[in-house]
Amino acid sequence: MTAIVTPELTVRGTWAGFWRLLPLSLFVVAFGLAFGLAAVQTGLSPAETVLMSMTVFAGTAQFAALDLWEGQVPVFTLLVTTFAINARHLLMGASLYPWLRKLPIGKRYASILVLSDANWAMTLNDFQGGHSRNLGLLLGGGIALWCTWMTGTLLGMAGGSAIAEPEVFGLDMVMGCFMLAMALGGRKNARMITAWLVGGLAALSAYLWLPANTHVVIGALAGGLVGVFWLEGER
Amino acid sequence: MIGIDAFGGYGGLILIGLMAMVTLVTRFGGVWIMSFIPISRRVESFINAMSGSVLIAILVPVAVEGDSAARLALLATAAVMLATRRTMPAIAAGIVTAAGWRFLFG
Repeated sequence: MTAIVTPELTVRGTWAGFWRLLPLSLFVVAFGLAFGLAAVQTGLSPAETVLMSMTVFAGTAQFAALDLWEGQVPVFTLLVTTFAINARHLLMGASLYPWLRKLPIGKRYASILVLSDANWAMTLNDFQGGHSRNLGLLLGGGIALWCTWMTGTLLGMAGGSAIAEPEVFGLDMVMGCFMLAMALGGRKNARMITAWLVGGLAALSAYLWLPANTHVVIGALAGGLVGVFWLEGER
Repeated sequence: MIGIDAFGGYGGLILIGLMAMVTLVTRFGGVWIMSFIPISRRVESFINAMSGSVLIAILVPVAVEGDSAARLALLATAAVMLATRRTMPAIAAGIVTAAGWRFLFG
């Protein structure tokens, strides 16, 4: 097992992280645009739409909220749905803990304030591969994603439909392909591949047969169990 | 139930505030819970296997619900990634495949 180095969180590193994730983040504008447009159509006020993108900053959960948004909103259902969809953050944060624990509390939590799929995947990849110890990639990358998500939301609210059909250009696949590239870019050994298979099958079963939005957590925990019983370096 | 017009018109904003709080709990919660768990070799191994599986689990609906273009895009990304180990060409291959397939057969 590689030694865990102490990560660095600096302004300079955050800036570098911002620029590193900006190209990918630009695609997020298209999704923000779709959200802004859908929010207006659902009847959210401009203040509500902006506040949601600004403070929730989690696309899937925001779209799910729109489905529940009527005159009377079922609060419990809304919050449980939000929690279920975003529960993957719990696991993503936990996966960074071996590095974050070496930092003082303030920096530890500041860095995960804008935790999101793409900046998490890239940062973990860097840390696990020992490529870099710049935690600014998580914070700065998150800021880049947040900025483009806000830009998209505002454009969508303004009625801009610059890219009316992103799927024609394959843009709906950007995030999926990115996540897959991140997974395959990490360490691959029999243990990891077994974890993927077990996790993937568990996620598939949960997706087909269990309540909505549980597949990520179930799949990830099932994959993690492989790690509990099969330690690195064992056969 | 909370009416979005309740509380003098602030009902919707209050709901969004609650959503934001729940989401923040998920962002902070994993790290917070881990601070009570001693990191053993086994825990580290769990984290390590779990984090890779998060990525795979996120992709499951894309592969299941997606059209053939989406599935071929994932295949193209996987092929280029395994061959070159370079992220950007791998993603580009996926997008071009999806767009190309839809243009030709969509």
